[in-house]
Amino acid sequence: MKYGFLLYVIIVEFLVMRFYQQKTLEQSMADGAEIYADFCVQCHLQTGAGVSGVFPPLNQSDYLFEDLDRSIRGVKYGLKGNIVVNDETYAGIMASQGLDDEEIADVMNYILNSWDNSSEIQISPERVANIVK
Amino acid sequence: MKNSLLSTLFLLLATHMSCAQENHPPLIETPTEVDYTYETIVDGIDIPWGLAFIAENDFLVTEKTGTLYRVIDGNKTAVNGLPELYVRGQGGLLDVALHPNFKENNTLYFTLGMHLEGEEEGGNTALYCAQINGTELSEVKMLYKAVPNTKKGQHWGSRIAFDQEGHLYFSVGDRGNRDENPQDITRDGGKIYRLNLDGSIPNDNPFVGNDAAKTAVFSYGHRNPQGMTVQPKTGQVWVNEHGPMGGDEINRIVGGKNFGWPVITYGINYSGTPITDITAKEGMEQPFYYWVPSIGPSGMTFSTSGVYKDWQDNLFVGSLKFEYLERLVIKRDKVVKREKVLDKIGRVRNVIEGPDGFLYVAVEGKGILKIVPKA
Repeated sequence: MKYGFLLYVIIVEFLVMRFYQQKTLEQSMADGAEIYADFCVQCHLQTGAGVSGVFPPLNQSDYLFEDLDRSIRGVKYGLKGNIVVNDETYAGIMASQGLDDEEIADVMNYILNSWDNSSEIQISPERVANIVK
Repeated sequence: MKNSLLSTLFLLLATHMSCAQENHPPLIETPTEVDYTYETIVDGIDIPWGLAFIAENDFLVTEKTGTLYRVIDGNKTAVNGLPELYVRGQGGLLDVALHPNFKENNTLYFTLGMHLEGEEEGGNTALYCAQINGTELSEVKMLYKAVPNTKKGQHWGSRIAFDQEGHLYFSVGDRGNRDENPQDITRDGGKIYRLNLDGSIPNDNPFVGNDAAKTAVFSYGHRNPQGMTVQPKTGQVWVNEHGPMGGDEINRIVGGKNFGWPVITYGINYSGTPITDITAKEGMEQPFYYWVPSIGPSGMTFSTSGVYKDWQDNLFVGSLKFEYLERLVIKRDKVVKREKVLDKIGRVRNVIEGPDGFLYVAVEGKGILKIVPKA
């Protein structure tokens, strides 16, 4: 009986993983780290510190956490015009990098949980898909 | 004793490493007084990339995310008829250039990120030609496409230039695969290519006759060339390319030569770890000049016209990283002076000399600027 329950849990878990393809946070962050190294690191740097006045920081960034949908929108469609990050104004342009929804979710999860950042919310590809321009 | 030996070794290593990243002379100068200013010719183009003049006050500009503009008297109109492109990372719509006989055939060339139907995932750099009438493209034809595709975001190149003997040159970066692409002439990526103007491969290309080679390749061992121009006096193709941290280069292209990436470089990884411990090797070309620290070079032209005091024959290179246009003075085959022009203007993506002899600069977020001497 005890084993039957365990088996039930394993099967359900398997089916959920199989059909929803929801990654664990660890897997999403690992995939996101690769995306980060490929598309983001040139400007936002290995430490997420950015370059003061030119490329906004991602580490401990008030702008990033204030409105996660807005941050996702920036990655998905690009970002331009003045933004204020940690009391500093940035006027640059970030082009859309052409990432798909899953890649955006992964890199967001990596950024939201790296360096001194941590987030209780895991970004799903569905959430990214629902964000419009 | 052992400890002091270790610390000496460590000190030596540290010195060696800091040497590799010491600022490379001549150091950049910021002039205190300038006798030029700039005019904005067209704005509202987020990432202007390629620039080609049809006539004075009539030019083409590519916007990286996939729009080709024709700008006449400062008014821009989107050109119709581009193929569907593949935008990812540093890839998108890149350079544009006019056929040397454009006046007779209305033909232009452009490079862009491309994924063809039926191909594997990802994309790679392609060269196209087309005819332009007003703001309509026709006879759109692919002349070359690098393979294989990859989902990597980095290093697509790409610039186009022509020599005086009927050849077209274009660049493709290493596509984020430095261990396989740049040193292998049987693979695309990390190369300067040379074609005839109709897209065919010249019989005297350096690797013609080598069955395994990509015979369009002219030189190899490049990382990410985003500046290309022909030295007006010698006719030689000059290229600038992004290095890793502290290894941006200017190279003078010679057919068949290996420019060394990633076996030799003056740069290190962005994480601070070394790529290689050598900066020179037999059989590999030294750069004409290298930048430490990296400036993020893009676009390159010589000023030939004499419309600017003291700038004739100087080389101009855009700096994406430090957001200025760099002027390099070359004497007896050496860079003897570097100076900031338009300091803090924004990320400079391209610079070319217009038919009126003025320098036109493409700046991200600003558009196309014309440098004019003060009256």
